[in-house]
Amino acid sequence: MSQNQAKAQGGHHDAHHDEHDAHGAAHGSMRGYVTGFLLSVVLTAIPFWLVMNDVLGNSTLTAIVIMLFAAAQIVVHMIYFLHMNGRSEGGWTMLALIFTIIVVAIALAGSLWVMFHLNANMMPDMHRM
Amino acid sequence: MTSYPDWWKLIFGRFTLEAIPYHEPILIGTFAAVALGGIVVLALITRYRLWGYLWHEWFTSVDHKKIGIMYMILGVIMLLRGFADALMMRGQQAIAFAGNEGYLPPHHYDQIFTAHGVIMIFFVAMPFVTGLMNYVVPLQIGARDVAFPFLNNFSFWMTVGGAVLIMASLFIGEFAKVGWLAYPPLSGAAYSPGVGMDYYLWGLQIAGIGTTLSGVNLIATIVKMRAPGMDMMKMPVFTWTSLCTNVLIVATFPILAATLALLTLDRYVGTNFFTNDLGGNPMMYVNLIWIWGHPEVYILILPIFGVYSEVASAFCGKRLFGYASMVYATVVITILSYLVWLHHFFTMGSGASVNSFFGITTMIISIPTGAKIFNWLFTMYRGRIRFELPMMWLLAFMITFVIGGMTGVMLAVPPADFVLHNSLFLIAHFHNVIIGGVVFGVFAGIAYWFPKAFGFKLDRFWGVLSFWFWVIGFYVAFMPLYILGLMGVTRRLSRFEDPSLQIFFVIAAVGAVLIALGILCFLIQIGVSILRREQLRDTTGDPWDGRTLEWSTSSPPPAYNFAFTPIVHDLDAWADMKKRGFTRPLAGFRPIHMPRNTGAGVIIAGLATLCGFALIWYIWWLAALSFVAVLATVIIHTFNYDRDFHIPADEVVQAEDARTQLLGRA
Amino acid sequence: MAKATAQAAGTVPAFYVTEEEHAHPGGSTMLGFWLYLMSDCLVFAVLFATYGVLGRNYAAGPSGADLFDLKLVAVNTAMLLFSSITYGFAMLAMDKGRQAAVQGWLVVTALFGLAFLGIELYEFAHLIHEGATPMRSAFLSSFFTLVGTHGLHVTFGLIWLAVLMTQVSKHGLIEANRRRLMCLSMFWHFLDVVWIGVFTFVYLMGVLK
Repeated sequence: MSQNQAKAQGGHHDAHHDEHDAHGAAHGSMRGYVTGFLLSVVLTAIPFWLVMNDVLGNSTLTAIVIMLFAAAQIVVHMIYFLHMNGRSEGGWTMLALIFTIIVVAIALAGSLWVMFHLNANMMPDMHRM
Repeated sequence: MTSYPDWWKLIFGRFTLEAIPYHEPILIGTFAAVALGGIVVLALITRYRLWGYLWHEWFTSVDHKKIGIMYMILGVIMLLRGFADALMMRGQQAIAFAGNEGYLPPHHYDQIFTAHGVIMIFFVAMPFVTGLMNYVVPLQIGARDVAFPFLNNFSFWMTVGGAVLIMASLFIGEFAKVGWLAYPPLSGAAYSPGVGMDYYLWGLQIAGIGTTLSGVNLIATIVKMRAPGMDMMKMPVFTWTSLCTNVLIVATFPILAATLALLTLDRYVGTNFFTNDLGGNPMMYVNLIWIWGHPEVYILILPIFGVYSEVASAFCGKRLFGYASMVYATVVITILSYLVWLHHFFTMGSGASVNSFFGITTMIISIPTGAKIFNWLFTMYRGRIRFELPMMWLLAFMITFVIGGMTGVMLAVPPADFVLHNSLFLIAHFHNVIIGGVVFGVFAGIAYWFPKAFGFKLDRFWGVLSFWFWVIGFYVAFMPLYILGLMGVTRRLSRFEDPSLQIFFVIAAVGAVLIALGILCFLIQIGVSILRREQLRDTTGDPWDGRTLEWSTSSPPPAYNFAFTPIVHDLDAWADMKKRGFTRPLAGFRPIHMPRNTGAGVIIAGLATLCGFALIWYIWWLAALSFVAVLATVIIHTFNYDRDFHIPADEVVQAEDARTQLLGRA
Repeated sequence: MAKATAQAAGTVPAFYVTEEEHAHPGGSTMLGFWLYLMSDCLVFAVLFATYGVLGRNYAAGPSGADLFDLKLVAVNTAMLLFSSITYGFAMLAMDKGRQAAVQGWLVVTALFGLAFLGIELYEFAHLIHEGATPMRSAFLSSFFTLVGTHGLHVTFGLIWLAVLMTQVSKHGLIEANRRRLMCLSMFWHFLDVVWIGVFTFVYLMGVLK
């Protein structure tokens, strides 16, 4: 096979292969769903327990810990329910996800940072209320 | 104001007969002209029995080429409206000095500058850019249509729906008086109780849905439907910049939608997001709207950078200099554009640390942009430059855009911005980059691809005339604003005290008139070209000795674009094919699988627009009814599984034989 | 396919695909739908950011600690989680082509979804009854909007589910319907992911002092 034809793997022929992949693996398996479900139950129950019973006794620490649990559970959902991997659609879904996470992080963190400073500088009285 | 009975309010909401502005002579005149023109157009369409043709061949078409052309027509129509607003402002500011009130009362003037900004960005620049992408991208990647043809049609009609609402505000009620980004609390229910703000919100919301969906559509098209062999680094630059633009669209227009929705809730439900009371924070709106707003300017300019790149390499007869660096610069701009939004409100008071961060990121983003200028320069270096119209626009752009870019870097310095913020210097800056960048590029793109879309070139004489009017007019209109801005004159003022400033506004008004002549020449150019189409005819499909795949098919391309899907071996695929002795296939044609036209897009978008109109006027029954109707139509549409058909091989053979004859004649 | 393209004597490569092309309508649907979901993420990002900025502006009104009933939220979270796995079972049944099982699991999913919505509406009604309306403070405005937007998504998901069940019963598990079921599956699981953010960021952190 010539080099030219080796290169001719881009474009919709590529997509065609992906589609076959998608039919094979993308729906997950019973095992995957059950694993995901059990992990989710655990990762949901612990934060509720931590907050409802004030286990750690320190709200900042609790906040950080439950956020970590949330992040972990989001990853679990992504893997076991949404079947995210680096291969589906030629890696484009993963790329789109990473880009979105970056933009969401910028928008969230940026807004909080900017607005905190704006509040502190422009509405100092609000904090005394 | 007469009071209306309850049954009236139940049926017509807050619409009253006083809402028709028959006491405004300017609007009455405009209405008369529009109505007269409209009646003539409708009569002509009926007279020549074009309704069926328009409906079947255009309105319901899912062909990306026809949708692209319709976007361009929408852009031209709205350009006329937006530019009329500009002329009115320039006229008012030129005469309203030292006690002279001018001819526009403040409430009218405020609507005009709001409408000008909204229309020029959302309904001129966006349709132009989307139209070019729609038309060109599938052809450039060797595809037969976009990934979701029905969605494409629907997106277009949603954009039209938004435009219709904005235009309706001219004659029914009023438009917003708040500036193009509608900062609260001014845009809140307390200070803008009228329908103008609601026209703004629903117009943009409806058009925004269309824009987002068309973004999804084009990304999927570029990712999934490229011709075999066209890997990412063999994509034409215009396709690359379109990809990045659509990524920006998908990742920012939802932010606009959500932000406007929160403001809508404040106005309709009485929530307290952006109010001054009960914990609301108007500064949050400014923050959110600019998280969308800054990427938006790159949404406009990136595809235009792509246009210039195509023009540069085609008219210099060589490969684009530094293709890879061009691609990387585009990707870097895409990401960096999310990190600069605060430079639009340095003066709001976020303090030194925040301001310096965003000032520095803003200066950094000028680096990849500057790199692109060098790419175009070096493409021209030792090129065989042909000074056709698109190339002339490119040169005008390079000079003008560099000036605009440099004033942008000046504004990026926070202390300087404290002096220049909201001054006419800022106005001059962004018109400098938007006109000198986007508008010039749109004209370059139109001149470049018009022969592809219609099979004949645009008339050169009127094009050159239009070019010079635009370029000179731009400098005459906006250089005085730089000076005024440095002297401290702020934007959005309808009258002035200091008579020594008047001369600058008069010069600016002259510039605006020159630009108006440029627009007129452009329209004449289209007309003259249609009349002289036989002399301007291009039978080759490749009038500029182009380099990318769109030039490999006939002009205008057949509905299926390519009888056989091309295989790509090199960047500038068509130049490569010509060099290596490509011969056009004359036999072996097969039926071609294509999407079927559908009226669903027009109907759903029409109902959504009706819903928006009802919400603006508080006609709740109609709003509920049309919303349910939208939902029902969407659901019914999903029950239609029969969405495609095959163009029979006979038809393909006929079309291709016709082309063979044309090519033989040439 | 390109492999099969005959290549003429070394110098001039094939410039077009000569053999029959398989049209695969809907080949871009999954990617397109994923991109839509990503754009929806940004809508929620704005709502989360707004809640993050305004969520402590109680305007001398009630706070999250005063209002939130974590037991109710836990039950609600369970509903959504159950609906997620039952939808997963529907997808597994779809892979095996068992239409009745698919429909059965979809019904179960819809019931869990309805239960979730019912509980949410009960909570909202309860809050409003206590005077904690969306108009009361910026905190409540952003709370109702964030949680309500999620609820609205679930509502549309349920409508979509009903439509799809009708279409499956009408046409069976044809290719187009499978694709639609997969899109709804992504939508449904996506809503679950958003809910993780909601219960952590809004409810759990809201009751922390």
